[in-house]
Parts: sequence; C-alpha cells; structure tokens
Amino acid sequence: MSLFLQILIDGFAISSLYALGAVGFTLLFGVSGVLNLAHGSIIVVAAIVGWLAAGNWGAGPAGGTLIGIAGGILAAYATYFVVVRPIQTSRAIPRDETEIFVLTGTLLWGIMIQVGLDYLFTDNPVTMVPLIRGVTNLGGVHTPTNEIMIAAICWIVIGLLWLLVNRTRAGKALLAASINPRGLTLLGFELSRIYLFVWTIYGVLAGLAGVLLASFLGTGSANAGTLTASAFSIVVLGGLGSVSGSLIAAYVVGYLETITAYLIAPTLRPIPALLLLVLVVYVRPQGLLGRR
Amino acid sequence: MRQKMAPSRALPTLAAVAGLAGLAFAQPAFAQASKPPIKIGVIGEAGAVAGASITKAAQLAADDLNAKGGVGGRKIQIFTYDNHSSATDAVRAFQRAVNQDHVNAVIVSYISEVALAVEPWAARLHMVTITPGAASTDISKHVHDDYAHYKYMFHGWINSAALADTICDAAKDLMVGPRGVKSAAVMSEDAAWTTPLDNEYLKCLPQAGVTVTSHIRFNPDTTDFTPIFHALEAKHPDMIVTGISHVGVQPTVQWHDQQVPMPMFGQSSQATTSSFWKDTNGATEGVITATAAAPGVALTPTTIPFTEAYTKRFGDSPSYDGYSTYDDVNIIALAVQRAGSTNPDKLVAAMEKTDYVGTMGRVEFYGRDSQYTHAIKVGPGFVTGVDIQWQNGKQVCVWPAPMCKAKLIFPSFVKLPKQPAG
Repeated sequence: MSLFLQILIDGFAISSLYALGAVGFTLLFGVSGVLNLAHGSIIVVAAIVGWLAAGNWGAGPAGGTLIGIAGGILAAYATYFVVVRPIQTSRAIPRDETEIFVLTGTLLWGIMIQVGLDYLFTDNPVTMVPLIRGVTNLGGVHTPTNEIMIAAICWIVIGLLWLLVNRTRAGKALLAASINPRGLTLLGFELSRIYLFVWTIYGVLAGLAGVLLASFLGTGSANAGTLTASAFSIVVLGGLGSVSGSLIAAYVVGYLETITAYLIAPTLRPIPALLLLVLVVYVRPQGLLGRR
Repeated sequence: MRQKMAPSRALPTLAAVAGLAGLAFAQPAFAQASKPPIKIGVIGEAGAVAGASITKAAQLAADDLNAKGGVGGRKIQIFTYDNHSSATDAVRAFQRAVNQDHVNAVIVSYISEVALAVEPWAARLHMVTITPGAASTDISKHVHDDYAHYKYMFHGWINSAALADTICDAAKDLMVGPRGVKSAAVMSEDAAWTTPLDNEYLKCLPQAGVTVTSHIRFNPDTTDFTPIFHALEAKHPDMIVTGISHVGVQPTVQWHDQQVPMPMFGQSSQATTSSFWKDTNGATEGVITATAAAPGVALTPTTIPFTEAYTKRFGDSPSYDGYSTYDDVNIIALAVQRAGSTNPDKLVAAMEKTDYVGTMGRVEFYGRDSQYTHAIKVGPGFVTGVDIQWQNGKQVCVWPAPMCKAKLIFPSFVKLPKQPAG
C-alpha cells in the first residue's frame, strides 16, 4: 500500500513536470509548425541561469527562479530570431522544405547550446535550493514539500495557459493561427506578432520547467538530449499539436517510468515508455488525440 | 587538444602558461639550459568535479619544482589534454602525447575505464604511465599477469579493494561501536571501479559487524534517485555505504531533500573537493567519504602547503586525485633523475625503486610478487587515506585516529541506533 502511494505521488510530480515541458513544445508546433529540437537545451539554459542567479549572483531561490525563467525566455527568443525566423523567411529555401530546415536548424542549435554550456559550466548537474524546504507526510510517504509545490505550480500554470488560449483575445488568435493562419492574416492579424507571442509563452513554460527541474532532481548540459527526447516522445504519443493529448501522454510516460523504476529496476526506467512509443507509431501514428 | 575550462579557471592557467613561456625565453641565460626538460603528458577530465584537479595539480607541481630549478637541473614541462571523460579521446590524447609532443611519461585520468583503455597503449608504445585517480584492481592485475608487456603501467591511487577495506575499517571504528550501526545498504554506480569495490564491501562489511541488507548498482545516467532510496529504506538498514564518483550532486541533493534517514558513508569522490558544498547547495552536510587528505591535517610535511597553494591558485581545494597527481609529477621527475635517462625500460626500473614521501603519505609500489604489481602500497606507514565528513560547510577529518579527532555530526533527519556517549 505504501509502495502504491509512493508511486502515485512520485509519478504525479514527475508527470506534472513533463506535462509543463511538453505543453510549450506542442503549443509551439500547433501554432507555428515548428518542432523545436533545441527544447532540452533551452530548459537547461534556464536551469543554469537560475542556479547562477540563486548562488553566484546572490538572488536567492525566488530571485533565481524568476531570473531563470527570464533566461528561458531569452533562450527561446534567441532560437526564434537566430535560427527559426531566418529559415522561415529565407527565399533560398523552398517553401515545402522549410519544416525540415527548421528541424535540422534547431537540432544543431540545441547541440551548440549544449556544447557551449558544457564548455562554460561543465556537464555536472546543477541544483537549486527548493523554494520550500522540508518534508510532508502524505499517508505515510515522506514527500519533499517542494515536490508537492512543483506539481501544484505546474497545474496552476497549465490552467492559466488554458484560460489564456480559450478566454482571451490574444489566446484565441493563437488558436486561430493553429487552424488557419492564412485566414487570420486576411482578418488583419500580424502573423509574426502571433509567432513572437507563442515563442514568449514557450520561453516561460520551458524556463519554468528548467528551474523547477533544477530544484527537484537537478539537471545539466548532459541531460539536454534526454529532455528533448522525452518531450518529443510525449508529444508524438499525445498527438502532435494536441495540448490535451500531450497532457495525457505526459502522465502515461511519467507513470510508466515511475512504475518501472519502482517495480522492475531504476536502470530500465525509460525503456517501457519508448516501447510504447514504437507501438503507437505502428498502430496509431497520429497519437492519442492527434488530428494529423 | 582542446581545453575545456571556465574562463575564471582558465585565467590562472593562462598566467601559468605565460609564466612558462617567460621561463622558456629566459632559458638561454641559465647554465643548465642545455639540459632538455622532462616532459610529462597529463590527460585529465577538465569538466568533471573529481577529474578537474589532475591537470591543475600537475601544473602546480611542475611550477613548484621549476621554481627550485627543476630536478637534476632539468625543468619539468607539462602537456595537458582533456579527455572529456571519454576513453576514445584519452587514447587519442595519449597517442598525440607520445608521437607528437614526445613526452617522457604520462599521467592519466581518474576513470578506471579510461585508464584501462590507455593501459594497452602504454604497453605498445613503451610509455611510462600512471593513473592518479582510477581505482580498478584490473589495472595492476594486468601488470602482474603479463609483466613483460604491461610493466610501463603504474597505479598511483588506492585500488578499489583496498579502498573498500579502509572504508570497512572506518565503519567499524566510527559507526559500529559508537553509533550502534548493525546493517547497511550498499549503493554504487555501475562502473569498472565499483565491481571490485562492491565485492570487497560485501566481504568486509560483515567482518566489521555490519549486515548488508541490500546491494544496488545503478546506472550513472540516473537522474531520479527516489526509487533507489525507497528500495534501500524498505529494508531498514542503519546506513548507506556508497561507491559514487561519476555521479554525486544528484544523489546527495535528493538524499538531503527527501530526508533519507540513513547516513551516507563510503566513497563519494565528488565530495572530496571543497566545491561540492556549493554544487549541492549545502546538501552534502553530514556526508562521509574516504579521500586522500583532509584540510588542516598534516599527513606529511607537504600536505598542508600543497592544499593551501592549490586552493589559493584555483579557488577550490583539490579532489583526492589532486594530491596523487602532485605526488606523481614529483615521483616521475625523481625517477628520471635516478635513471639518468628517459629510456622507458630504465625509467620503469627507477620508478619501481620509488620511496617518496608526498602529500598523501609515503609512496612505494608493490613488486611483481604482489597481485597488485605497480600499485601504490596501502596501509600503515604508506598511504592510508583518510575519511572526512562535511560539517557546516567544511570538510572535517574524522578517521583514522589519532590523527583525526573530530566527532561525527549528522543532520537532524538522519536517525542512528545510538547517540554518542557524552
């Protein structure tokens, strides 16, 4: 019973963090058609900036968290303006090949960031002091209070995102851009501004995921590839571009990993989720809730 | 080889390089200018907490020797390479050191897999090579089993089996009697050096009066240690005996954040350098690890001056392999002087006669009759290592007595069977 509860609690925390990381990734794809393979590197940039700010710059845990998120936004902007935008507007690249160029461009950009971080800060994981210290007893399971707070923050932010997309004018424009970008331009909306907006949201989400991960398990440049891969798996499993599909997939992957780690072996943690992904690609290539 | 260093850490190196360049230009003025320098290749892991000390300590050793006019009138010249914790990169660096930079000896790595990959190349290229930080018993076993071929390899750090024995001895003195510890879980990263370590733990812990409740070997890529701690805790051991080196920050921080009630005791290589306090935001408080030397403890007359000079120059204290590397540069230079030559076979013979009191103790190498041929002798009168505990942000020497007297202090979440008397 205690093991069951332990899996339930730990799985929930890690899944919530996965969900937060994947939602931005899928939103970006849904609205602007960009599969950002520098995703993991951006998360790690936020974590390292947060760690630097909290420790070296003396901003403390809360200040470090905010500065880390700002680092995530800046890294997202850099990705957009340095890599994605030039490819999208290039006349030398044929229209129907833009997506594959963006894919390759962000992949290489992600590797560049990773190697750069490795060079500057080594590949040792960084950790941030939790915003809340201490342990809470949840039905006999000693859970770091920070872990509970992380799950709560993830859901509050995902909830705010839902409100933004469904209840605000700017959010509805995002939704419209994902369905019919041409129609939106005919209505007088500036697509580039919508893209900038979605990259901003993405930066906040990735940045927040980075600083929370740093305070939860710790992360470093060596994890950038794995973070991209896990977000990518979740998004493919959930259905590319489907936010609710990604949320469900995040919990499927998170719990599958946690159950494997507890009941089989910690070493085999990522394997079953990857097997499931292969199976989904065979049986239901559009993912759980995908439309394409 | 590309250097990987943070700008702040690159500066002193640049300064040192500039200084060396200055010396090189000044050389014609000296009488001994005609004598060629002793060239030592140093292949380290600049990006790893436990491996970054190797190249730094080597440079410091060379600078110290050169400031005294070198050894036998010959200056020491260090060629550094970063292997990025990769055996392939290390072999490439080794080949370059030998074939292009024409070094006379090589100091390589804290990673057993890397040292074991370089070892056949030391044999093939007849290059005297010593590892200051790898621990696998296979390194010296190869020399023992095929001496004619492998005699160029030396093992400059306490091997895993001997390390496990010292940790068991320390456990007996510190944890069993005074703290009533009767059981332990063994938790090690899955790597070449922990195989002999764990085998010995499983033998020597029961001899020390500690029952092993469970034994977990985990993947060094593990990021979430919660399931591991949970599995260990389920068997209710009194302490965790560790074998970690490639990992350190994440298990330590998670142990602290999750308030795992058993103390961490054993080998935690990253915790041997002072930067680990900052790396873990203080979560390492209470962690006990074996290491080469401890701050403020004069194992030999050179221990403290070295620690202070290193810390002053590089900002953090050396990790365990900083001490051994500093000694190895001296040992190689003295062997060259004794041999009167850099001929590899003569150098091997001279290295075998090493009797040198360095920063971590008296260094001699086991002979061909020992199963650990060419490994440093471990035990009273030689290198013993010490155990330190992190207390209030400082490394405090806790074992062995009478040299190390500090009492153990644990964070409040750690529960032990017995409180110390008084």
